Amino acid sequence: MLKPEILDPQGQAVQRALPRLGFEGVSDVRQGKRFELEVADPVDEAALERVREMARTFLANTVIEDFHVRIEEVEAAR
Amino acid sequence: MTTRVGVVTFPGSLDDRDAQRAVKLAGGEPVALWHGDKDLHQVDAVILPGGFSYGDYLRCGAIARFSPVMETIIDQARAGLPVLGICNGFQVLCESHLLPGALTRNDHLHFICRDQRLRVENAATAWTADYTAGQEITVPLKNGEGGYVADERTLDELEAEGRVVFRYLGGNPNGSRRDIAGITNEAGNVVGLMPHPEHAVEALTGPTIDGLGFFTSALRKLVA
Repeated sequence: MLKPEILDPQGQAVQRALPRLGFEGVSDVRQGKRFELEVADPVDEAALERVREMARTFLANTVIEDFHVRIEEVEAAR
Repeated sequence: MTTRVGVVTFPGSLDDRDAQRAVKLAGGEPVALWHGDKDLHQVDAVILPGGFSYGDYLRCGAIARFSPVMETIIDQARAGLPVLGICNGFQVLCESHLLPGALTRNDHLHFICRDQRLRVENAATAWTADYTAGQEITVPLKNGEGGYVADERTLDELEAEGRVVFRYLGGNPNGSRRDIAGITNEAGNVVGLMPHPEHAVEALTGPTIDGLGFFTSALRKLVA
């Protein structure tokens, strides 16, 4: 996500479009990115740290963006 | 001996040929560098051209920054190699942390393409020595993500150290903080800007020939 102090003109454009479509009451929209990384092994602390490193150096530009890493279980059937 | 100026081609670069041509018109020898080749082929300076390297995927310049050629350029730039980043090249330099800050979506969300007036604020860098401080020039500007942002402390530092090299005149075209169009590193060998001096080197095709000074500056500096 863009840091709060960074202007997000895309989010603003979305926010301005909402009332036109009948969606009232949204005072702010911020637009971000989401990456889904699938890993073969269970996610231990070391693997999580590798992903954070990936985010810090490549997936996010920490000059203008913040990031969060979250673990989700994937259904075995997929 | 002619001065060799490398121009990097990434997948998606557009203005590499124009940059090569500008080097030639300024009296240098353009050398094509390939993103996948770490070797800089003994060039004396490097230009990162405009375009959409790697399709602007992830963020503008974010993938180009990790290309093999950039590994060598980042090392050598820190050791003093003159490097000019134009438009997408400026974005690559910011993603590489050779220059501070970042380029974000134009505040009005439109792609902009026009002749842009600029003021040269710093005529002491490797790429601006042929201008005078305070000189006004007009070169094309064409981008969708040209809004220069950095935190207040960084902006204050850039101002205090004279590292704002170009400022937009006649209205801020993209929401850049403090009207900043281009900046330099502490040493003055790395310069990045959003406008395109390489499109303003010949009367036939450019609005002016105001851009030629970038290329003659670097050549003069290298010969001296």
